[in-house]
Amino acid sequence: MNGPLILDRRRVLAGSGALIVSFALSKASAQDQAPAAAAAPKPPGSLATAPYLDAWIRIDADGSITAFTGKAELGQGFKTAFQQIAAEELDIPFASLTVITADTRRTANEGYTSGSHSMQDSGTAIQNAAAQVRALLVAEAARRLDLQAESLRTENGAVIAPDGQRLSYGELVAHDMLHVEAQPVSKLKDPATYKVMGQPVPRVDIPAKVTGGAAYIQDMRLPGMVHARVVRPPSYGAQLTECDTAAVEKLPGVVKVISDGNFLAVVAKQQFQAIKAMVALSAAAKWKQTASLPKQDDLPRVLMGLPSQDKTIFQANNPEVTGQKTLEATYTRPYQAHGSIGPSCAVAQFADGTMTVWTHTQGVYPDRAGIAEMLRVPPASVRCIHVEGSGCYGHNGADDAAADAALIARELPGVPVRVQWMREQEHAWEPFGPAMVTKLKASLDGNGAIADWNFEVWSNTHSMRPGGAGSMLAAQHMANPFAVPAPKPIPLPEGGGDRNAIPIYKFPNAKVVHHFIPDMPVRISAMRALGAYHNVFSIESFVDELALAAGADPVEFRLKHLDDARGRDVIEKAAQGFGWQKGQKAPPNRGYGFAFARYKNLAAWCAVACEVEVVSETGRPRLVRAVAAVDAGQVVNPDGLINQIEGAILQSMSWTLYEAVTFDDTAITSIDWQTYPILRFDAVPDSVTVHLINRPGQPFLGSGETGQGPAAASIANAIANATGKRLRDLPLTRKKIKDAIDA
Amino acid sequence: MMTLKVNGRDHQVDAESDTPLLYVLRDNLELNAAKFGCGLGQCGACTVIVDGKAVLSCVTPLLLLEGKQVTTLEGLGSIEAPGPIQRAFMEEQAAQCGYCIAGMMMRAQALLQKNPKPSDDEIRAELEPHLCRCGTHMRILRAVHRAAHLMQTADASTIQRSAQ
Repeated sequence: MNGPLILDRRRVLAGSGALIVSFALSKASAQDQAPAAAAAPKPPGSLATAPYLDAWIRIDADGSITAFTGKAELGQGFKTAFQQIAAEELDIPFASLTVITADTRRTANEGYTSGSHSMQDSGTAIQNAAAQVRALLVAEAARRLDLQAESLRTENGAVIAPDGQRLSYGELVAHDMLHVEAQPVSKLKDPATYKVMGQPVPRVDIPAKVTGGAAYIQDMRLPGMVHARVVRPPSYGAQLTECDTAAVEKLPGVVKVISDGNFLAVVAKQQFQAIKAMVALSAAAKWKQTASLPKQDDLPRVLMGLPSQDKTIFQANNPEVTGQKTLEATYTRPYQAHGSIGPSCAVAQFADGTMTVWTHTQGVYPDRAGIAEMLRVPPASVRCIHVEGSGCYGHNGADDAAADAALIARELPGVPVRVQWMREQEHAWEPFGPAMVTKLKASLDGNGAIADWNFEVWSNTHSMRPGGAGSMLAAQHMANPFAVPAPKPIPLPEGGGDRNAIPIYKFPNAKVVHHFIPDMPVRISAMRALGAYHNVFSIESFVDELALAAGADPVEFRLKHLDDARGRDVIEKAAQGFGWQKGQKAPPNRGYGFAFARYKNLAAWCAVACEVEVVSETGRPRLVRAVAAVDAGQVVNPDGLINQIEGAILQSMSWTLYEAVTFDDTAITSIDWQTYPILRFDAVPDSVTVHLINRPGQPFLGSGETGQGPAAASIANAIANATGKRLRDLPLTRKKIKDAIDA
Repeated sequence: MMTLKVNGRDHQVDAESDTPLLYVLRDNLELNAAKFGCGLGQCGACTVIVDGKAVLSCVTPLLLLEGKQVTTLEGLGSIEAPGPIQRAFMEEQAAQCGYCIAGMMMRAQALLQKNPKPSDDEIRAELEPHLCRCGTHMRILRAVHRAAHLMQTADASTIQRSAQ
């Protein structure tokens, strides 16, 4: 990791009675170097790597309170949840504090905002830091009043003595009081006493978003800001052979044309002038292209034919149990796009030796490292500040746009440069969710139980996020380019291509093999749920196939193979909420489906039951209704959690029924919403219901991705139930369903 | 230089006549609500109201707007005094990332001005040009129904007048 950025505390504090400063990250670096301290218990969540309390909570002498997170608000609503957590444990009104999100000069390095980790890493850190800050304030009050700490209570931002005397937090904060390392254990509030946590507090960001306030990076306007557009190559690996920029430079408003190897950009005073100049520059550029893409129709075979690193990641053996009836199936997933509604955007300004980049990246620190490497400057001379963008659902073009802005801004010292991608650039150049293949084989014993289970998955990595400059398009395209870093599988237990490949069910015999494919014919990276989307789709589809073969009810069949108590509760809750009944029969042209998973086998549990209608003449599927149940541990904001799960179901339905990136032998051909259709209102369900199982006092479990796999499999199972035909090749399009019906 | 009437006020706009309305609103008038989503009229994020009708501002050049009345989300109310449709979206918490929402609200507003009590099917059909990637559709539908209800109340009348 990079050296810490430490504000000069003495200078910040000079002449001020305020307690804090930003914070020091020195401990994080020390831990990187000296893992010897393993014996000492670490404080929970991200406090383990950023242990100073003032990295998380700051109280100024005027009583104003700020909570800090190194995570990025992406529309999940955690900023509101973190504010609830801090308010609860500090005993202050919700509205009295503000939350500052990812900024390399202000917040802890919490890596990426990914993997449904925000609540468990950052939420846990804020909760414990706030509790410990409150304890310090109480101790300070006890010292000043010469009373026992136990006799004091806190309320509304003040410590209150038995005689009613109040000492506000602002009065109590002293010089360095919060610049202490967190203790491993905090005295947290009893969940039964929660006033703010557990409440459906309205999101803090929504009022600005529905009234035209400045809410997004796209809305940033700095004094003197100019507008840039990039001209991307027409395909992967294309080389610029000729580009006469003279005519473009003379166009109205054009400030500069940048031509650096295969990196082309134009800067203009006004945005539409930049777009017109981009069109002209694009026409002037001549490229040599290479036909390097695989045959789309043959993708599964191509992927399985690439060299792979094969690893058995799970094995169970019980020779006493043997199967009698064996089933086999292959499931496939195409490349799929994040498809943010707002194309990626960034603003950069190079001034006083510092490159400041405002970005909707999911990782300000890794992005800073990548941009610094690209610019060949020390990380300390780059500052990345997260500003919310359009929803990203993983690694979209955000980091690339940040690199574009930095590379362009370097050419215009002092001038703020805003870059926004065009729709076709986002669609063609974002790193897609990887295509995958799974092969399953299982046998049933004489009692209709699964006796053995074999699961193999072929996949690229699911993260090519920056850290290195070579992950960013601008750095790949510049004249002195950076090579794309070698891909690495994401290690278990979280996993990448093998995320959720290990079944949560108990099978007497089981084997799971991960075939990691280093070659990446198409640009890919992290997309919501990573491999879990396809693995859960495969496992939960195949479990239904086995249930059918065993003549068993799908819900009963799952419960028969599941010991996990919280998983069983979630399954039962979803089934009950849906009105699932053994032996049920859907109305004509309709089917019922069920699916379940625990995300990563270590985060939130989710079960989805649904009803799908299939128009038999056309094959057109429609999700009619869905009922989900979720256990994400202690619930902080029930409405926020429901919103996430509703969204997961609808987005997963769109992936599952409609979406595949298309390409010819040279270029990506799905470059807008016409060629990459997604869910529209005519296919929106009649109802989506989400039941929460709250677990007071239990750890927060990430929930942002837990719905993707179960929703997909539940829909696939309902289509099979409606048509009697099993579809295994995503997306489950109208045509494939029609062909299956006709077959 | 051209005069453009936006949210009830005349603005002198210095932009080339082929400039799409979206960029004039965002850059010349510094209004945030209308969003660039595709520039192709495929997603609805840029929707505003022109003379009572929902219009895709990313494909509507400035020269077509002479003498017309443009209304953006900013013209329907503010954080301090939200209009009924804004209140409805807040009350239903009808956003995740929210990038598509302003466009959705403008088309819904135009619908409700014309048809104060639309059916659920009518709302769905009207919103067909709009994409939401977060999957907030169920809440958006609820919010439009709620807005229709709120607009029936007396305090909504002033807001509706400004959006003609």
